Amino acid sequence: MSEALLASLPRAAGLGMRGTERSGLSTLSFREVGLVYGDGTAALEGVDLEVAPGELVAVVGPSGCGKSTLLRLASGLLEPTSGAIAVDRDQLGYVFQDATLLPWRTVRANVELLAELHGIGPARRRALAEAAIELVGLRGFERHLPARLSGGMRMRVSLARSLTLDPSVFLFDEPFGALDEITRERLNDELGRLFVERGFAGLFVTHSVQEAVFLSTRVVVMSARPGRIAASFPVPLPLPRQPECRYDPTFTAIAREVSAVLREVS
Amino acid sequence: MAVAEPLAEATALVGLPPPVAGRRSGKARRLRRLAPPLAMAVVVLGGWQLASSSLSGGRQFLLPPPLAVWRVGIFDRQSFDALLPAFGRTAELSVVGLLVAVVLGMASGTVLYRFHWLERASYPYLVALQAIPILAVAPLMAVAFGYTFVTKLIIVVMIAFFPIPTAFLLGLKSVDPGQQDLFRLHRAGWLTRFWKLALPSSLPHLFTGFRISAGLAVVGAVVGEEFFQTGAPGLGMLFQQYLNYVEYDQLYACLLVSCLLGVAFYSLFTVASRRLFGSWHASAHADEPAARRPGR
Repeated sequence: MSEALLASLPRAAGLGMRGTERSGLSTLSFREVGLVYGDGTAALEGVDLEVAPGELVAVVGPSGCGKSTLLRLASGLLEPTSGAIAVDRDQLGYVFQDATLLPWRTVRANVELLAELHGIGPARRRALAEAAIELVGLRGFERHLPARLSGGMRMRVSLARSLTLDPSVFLFDEPFGALDEITRERLNDELGRLFVERGFAGLFVTHSVQEAVFLSTRVVVMSARPGRIAASFPVPLPLPRQPECRYDPTFTAIAREVSAVLREVS
Repeated sequence: MAVAEPLAEATALVGLPPPVAGRRSGKARRLRRLAPPLAMAVVVLGGWQLASSSLSGGRQFLLPPPLAVWRVGIFDRQSFDALLPAFGRTAELSVVGLLVAVVLGMASGTVLYRFHWLERASYPYLVALQAIPILAVAPLMAVAFGYTFVTKLIIVVMIAFFPIPTAFLLGLKSVDPGQQDLFRLHRAGWLTRFWKLALPSSLPHLFTGFRISAGLAVVGAVVGEEFFQTGAPGLGMLFQQYLNYVEYDQLYACLLVSCLLGVAFYSLFTVASRRLFGSWHASAHADEPAARRPGR
């Protein structure tokens, strides 16, 4: 994905569905959010979190601390038992842990799916899909079935699918967790650039401290049982981040601090 | 013995791995695919011959040698003239019955999927229906509906019905939860979720049900015909006649032909399923080396 392409293509190709009035509206906010399951287990407690446009918040924490639950709550797939969540659900993108592609659909038909579900006509749908496919670098693979793609490519298709609706709030549930390191770093680069270009509000759940620091403007560490926010670290490194920034002293310092807190709460 | 019952034949076939997709494959691959079943046929025929010749002369009529079955039961003019139309009638009965079972089965599978409480309420009775001994209720149905095609049809449907809603429902309920989340997230209605997600992903299950039902439909047709003994003779009626006249060569020919019918149905569904989901479902490539290259 070239930067020139990124700069020129998306809006021109009709990816932007809302025009320009993006700022201000599309914040994701959790107020004192708690979730207690039917059996009395407290999954989350007193979560306060605000993600503004142009902010990408990475969430790390021990397994079972409710990171993914946070995303399910944000998306409305789950309802909190206390507190409130404010987000425009029509402007929501959600990239799951698995690519969740429909195996009988080609890459193009998969990318068109969301527009289809929202009742967008075939011509426009097609244009949106083409632009998104181009954006994630899958041109030439439109007619392939998911089974013939690598894990990284499938994740790109999944990403392209979310991009067609140009969401202003983007939720990522460990999307690159199953990929090898090289593919993962490359997709991190691309997502980073996409974020700079689109300026959405992002919530990114991951197991990897490196990935969290590299992608985000802020890293949030969660503790387990019940899940709550233990610490928050701003990442003041300039955007878009270059791959070498992983060796920047500021980067390593933040990563070290995050890891330390993570060890404490685990 | 291989020539036991169409049912055993059909279920044995269901257990076999599905034939490999042959679109791109050449003659060599097709040959390699056909070689194992052909080799098996030789073994079975050999065994049959051996078993037959091991019987004492007075009892050999119970299991005539394969060549005699071929010569007297099929190749003989008179036998053939009786066999062919009977085959046609039984084929017709089982096809119509199977179609009715498919339509009813898919409809009830859909309804049970849509209304979960109904599934819980009616499933025990579906199972009970499955357990009804058909031969025991056949006389009752003859009294109720007369000795007609429809009565035979009801028997076929009763025997062939069960696997379809069962397999369909299992398929509909095995949809990937992540994909369901995706559809729910974008507020897709029930019909959209059914049509665009649940139905296509249930196809492999559904076709397993079809294949089992196809074999059962042939069994049902033969049983129905044999019991009612009315109308133009199908294989079941022919079977009974040969039994009465102790014409066992023809009897075995009759049996083989009804097996053939079951195999034909099975193959038809295999071809259809390869067309429908062979490109994306792993079952279609179960016995194929993983060297399929991407692209077309």
